[in-house]
This record gives sequence, C-alpha cells and structure tokens, in this order.
Amino acid sequence: MKTTPIISVKDLVAKYGDKTILDGISVDILPNEVTVILGGSGCGKTTLLKNILRLYEPFSGEVKFWDQDILGLDEEEFGKILKQVGMLFQNGALLNSVSIYENVSIPLEQHTKLTRDIIDRIIRVKLNLVNLSHATYLLPSELSGGMKKRAALARALALDPKILFCDEPSAGLDPLTSADLDNLLLSLKQQLNMTIVIVTHELASIHRIADKIIFLDAGKMLFFGSLDEAKKAGIPQIDTFFEVGKF
Amino acid sequence: MNIVKIENNTLYFGGVMNSGSIPEFQLAISKLLKTEKPVMVDIAGIESIDSAGVAYLEIVQESIENRSGLVMLNGASAKVASVIDAYSSRKLEIPKLPRKESFFESLGGAIYKAKDSMAISLVLAADIYYWSFVGLFNRSGQRKGTFVQQGVALGVQALPIVALLSFIIGFILALQSAVQLRNFGANIFIADLLAVTMVREMGPILTAIIVAGRSGSAIASEVATMSVTEEIDALKMMAINPIRYVIVPKFHAITLVMPILVAFSILVGEIGGGIIALGYLDLSLNSFISRTVEIITLKDLLISLGKSTFFAWVIVVIGSYFGFQVKGGAEGVGKATTSSVVASIFAVIVFDAMFSLLYL
Ligand SMILES: Nc1ncnc2c1ncn2[C@@H]1O[C@H](COP(=O)(O)OP(=O)(O)O)[C@@H](O)[C@H]1O
Ligand SMILES: [Mg+2]
Repeated sequence: MKTTPIISVKDLVAKYGDKTILDGISVDILPNEVTVILGGSGCGKTTLLKNILRLYEPFSGEVKFWDQDILGLDEEEFGKILKQVGMLFQNGALLNSVSIYENVSIPLEQHTKLTRDIIDRIIRVKLNLVNLSHATYLLPSELSGGMKKRAALARALALDPKILFCDEPSAGLDPLTSADLDNLLLSLKQQLNMTIVIVTHELASIHRIADKIIFLDAGKMLFFGSLDEAKKAGIPQIDTFFEVGKF
Repeated sequence: MNIVKIENNTLYFGGVMNSGSIPEFQLAISKLLKTEKPVMVDIAGIESIDSAGVAYLEIVQESIENRSGLVMLNGASAKVASVIDAYSSRKLEIPKLPRKESFFESLGGAIYKAKDSMAISLVLAADIYYWSFVGLFNRSGQRKGTFVQQGVALGVQALPIVALLSFIIGFILALQSAVQLRNFGANIFIADLLAVTMVREMGPILTAIIVAGRSGSAIASEVATMSVTEEIDALKMMAINPIRYVIVPKFHAITLVMPILVAFSILVGEIGGGIIALGYLDLSLNSFISRTVEIITLKDLLISLGKSTFFAWVIVVIGSYFGFQVKGGAEGVGKATTSSVVASIFAVIVFDAMFSLLYL
C-alpha cells in the first residue's frame, strides 16, 4: 500500500539573489514519520526548511501540503496551513520582551477562542513536556541556550501542530538533555501521530529517531531514503559522514 | 456531531473536542449544569481530541471533583487515551505566579534600588574620572585613534543642530521681550537680557540637552550592546579595562568639545537675538555689541563653561552607567538607551538649578 505524502516537494530551486543554494530538490514526507535532513554546515538545510514554509519564496518548483499546492495560496489560506505546522528555529526566535509563559501563549491567544483557564493549562502542559516548568516566568534573556531551544519547542507545540519542523534542536544541548529531547520527539510521533522534519548532526540522535534521511551536498540532494539504505548506498559523502561522526 | 448530555448522573461528551469546538461545549454544558449535578464523566463518544480538549476535560473533571469526590474519565478510545496521557495536567506541579508586590513593598524596593544605583554610579564615576586622569598621561589601554574620531562625532557633527536651535532660541527670546521693552523705552536692555540668559542658562542647558540626546544615548547603546553580546566580558578576559578602552576616549573628547559647543551656542544665540535688536528695536550694531560685552563678566563665562563641562561628565557617567547595567538582550539595549537620555536630561536640569542657587 502506498501512503500519500503529507508534504511533497518537486524540483525545488532556491536562490539568494543570483546565488543558487538548492537545485532540483524532490522529496515526499510521509505522515507519522521522522525525516532527518543531513548535510555539511552551510549546505542549505535551513534554506530548504524556509523555502518549504515559504519564509523565502522558492525560485521555482512545487511544494504541496496535504496535496494542496501552497505556492499560489494567499496569506489567509496559507495561514490555515501554517496553523497546523510548528517550527523550531535554529536560534529559538523567542520574543525577547516577554516571558516564556507569554511566548507560548501568543499563538493560543491569536488563533483560538479558548478561555484563560484552558490556555493557562495548555501552556503549563507544553512547558512541562520540554521540562521547563521551573522557568515559566523567566525572560528569554535569563535562559541558557539549550533552555531557549526547549522554550521555543514548547511554543512550536502550542497549537498541537500536525507537522513539526526542527532546525538543529539538539545543537548546544548536553547528551542527556538531547536524549530527553529525542524521547519527546518520539512520543510526539507515537502518541500524537505527529510528522516531524528535523535538521540535526547528532549521530546518536539520528539513530534513535530517523525513519528517513535526506542528504544534501553542494545544493543537490544526494540521497533520500531510510537510514539503513543510506548506509548501504555506497555514497562516499554519506559514508564519510557516518565514519567521521563515530570515532 | 458534537454531543454533551447528562443522563443518570453521568456527563456524556462526544464528537471532536479541539480548540475550535471547545467554546461550543462550554456553552452547552453551562446550561446543563444549572439543573443537573453529574457524578460521572463518560468520554467514549469522543473521536478526536487535542491538548486544549484535554485541558478542558480536566477542568470539568476537577470542578465535579470539588463537589463530589474523585471522578474518572470513562470509556476513552485508545487513540483519545494516548492524547490525554500525553497532555494531562493532573499530576503537574504548578509553579506559582510570582506574588505581586504591594505598593509599599515596591516603594521600599525602589528606594533601596535607588540607593544601590546611586552607590554604583558613584563608584563608576570615580573609576571614570580616575582612568581619564591617568589616561591623560598614559595612552595605553585606550582604543587607538578614538579620541579624534570621538571628537568629530561628539563635537563637529553636533555643530549644525546646536547652531540651529541656539539661533532660534536667541531669536525667540528677543522677540518675546522686545515688545515689552519697547513699551517702556528700554530697548537697550535687550542686550542685557540676551547676554544673561544665553551665557548663564540657555547656552549650557541647550547644548547639554542636545549632547545628552545625541552622545549620551550613543554611549549608552554602544556600551549596552557590548555588554549583551559579551564583548565587555571578552575585553576583561584580554585584561583590558573596559572603562579605559571604551569610555575614557569619549570622556576626553567630550571634555574638550563641550565648552567649544557652548561658546558656539552662546555666539549664535546672540546673533539670533541681535537680529531682533537691530531690526525691530532699532539699536545700532555698535551699541548692541558694546553693551553685551559690558554685561558679560569673565566670571559668568567661566562658570558657564565650567558647568557645561560638568554636565558633559554627568552625561558620560549616566550613559555608561545604563550601558554597563543593561539587563536582557536586544530589548535591554533599547531600554538602557531611553533611560540614559531621560536620566541625563533630568540630572542636567537639577544640577543646573543647583549651580544657579550657588552662583546667583
Ligand atoms: N539570507 C541570506 N542571504 C544570502 N545568503 C544566505 C542567506 N542565508 C543563508 N545564506 C547562504 O546560503 C547557504 C546555506 O545556508 P543555510 O541554509 O543557513 O545552511 P545550513 O545548512 O547550515 O542551515 C550558505 O552558503 C549561506 O551563506
Ligand atoms: Mg542552518
């Protein structure tokens, strides 16, 4: 049986000005899978995420969410899709002027008609998921780098997204916290049927959570498939990646 | 279809319970609860649920428990149960909101803080004066080439705005008084009036306010940015004194430049007023100038330039104080800058009043 992809990208070309960053990327993200985007620093992983989410308009190609072409949608219609998508940015991107509590409450207040007591509970539950209950009322500037990432993850989860994008969530986290985060992502997938697209370099993490691998190199997609296939594919760059990481 | 009903003391929920449908459930249940008092909750009919739904269910559950003891959510499908498990807030320890301070507590706190910041800024001022004095003889530890660059930024670039405002103020002062003086035939006293106000008050105050707005804020934002981006820490780690490196060149530049700006402001203000004196009050250029020179004493001039130098120092100290004390990230930089401008203009006016009382 063939499952229909939840996100489908075809021949995506991404540029900054005249500089082509990504050239002809085609992938299908399947529902309830964890897809890991791999590749050297600066190869365009963040760019790929941002183009899929139209934070930058793709130069050419096609991006579909739930079989709907999003590149032609106006702001309101695309907004409906975005409400079902959470994004954890590489540097957190918390609003610095308000507390963690308020950061998580923003999407809830803007996009739902829920009463205060319910919103309050949701915020506490989400902060508890990422183990940040003790930092509820702190400002982002009072958190460490790893705590900021977790707070940002809580905000990304505020509206129960169906798809979660994470840009290097475990960079800067210690191995234990990083393992906790992997477990959280796995339980989001298993208990809540989330689809997760994640950029990470952590080999341990990849082995724990990856269903599919996208390997980018020099603007091209070298490989797209399962982790085992990736290791057997005999592509030198991928072999080096797993070899060097092991030591 | 979403269902809420109460039968046999059991509250039944059914349908889709998510952030979109909850207001509907709330409306329905508030009507039902006016007449019925359920003691059990059945959620077998719920097909799908999200975290908002879980929060809502648990709020309902707890409100029933408050009346009639422990209640279970019965009959959840496997799918719904796993969502409830993931998002349950039942066993959460809820961190208490930090207690709001009472008026007197926050007043007391503010007084303590004012005392502390007074102490900190006095220490900072002492540091700045010390290193600036040492820095006159020993250039090491200062950023290279900044004295000239700062002199240009703080002084030369401020000239146009100082000139424009002083001209306008001198002109307006003269204009406002001219009619009155003319009525009394006291035309020549326009020179007295202009000389005294421009030299003693307007020149120094006006310049100080402009310098506080331009340069005090620049110092505060530069230092604050360096603090939040850990540049100040980096300097310390390289065994470089941040006050010597960043502040001292500015201190020297502003000390040199401020009296010049004030003298310039006085001159231009006199010109602005002079236009009225000559054009409207029919004074001759000669009598206006000789009267002005007669009125302005050397002591007045020295006090004026002296106090403006003092204002400049106050501005540097306050700017650095808010810069070094910055809290938070980029947000904090903006606040530090704003506070430094407000505080330094306030301080300049207060010190000016004190000078006026001392040397009437
Ligand atoms: N806003 C931008 N403008 C121009 N070039 C950019 C911009 N953002 C990233 N780049 C370039 O695009 C390339 C890919 O960046 P990025 O997607 O952030 O890499 P990474 O794989 O590390 O996430 C890099 O060479 C970077 O220099
Ligand atoms: Mg990146």
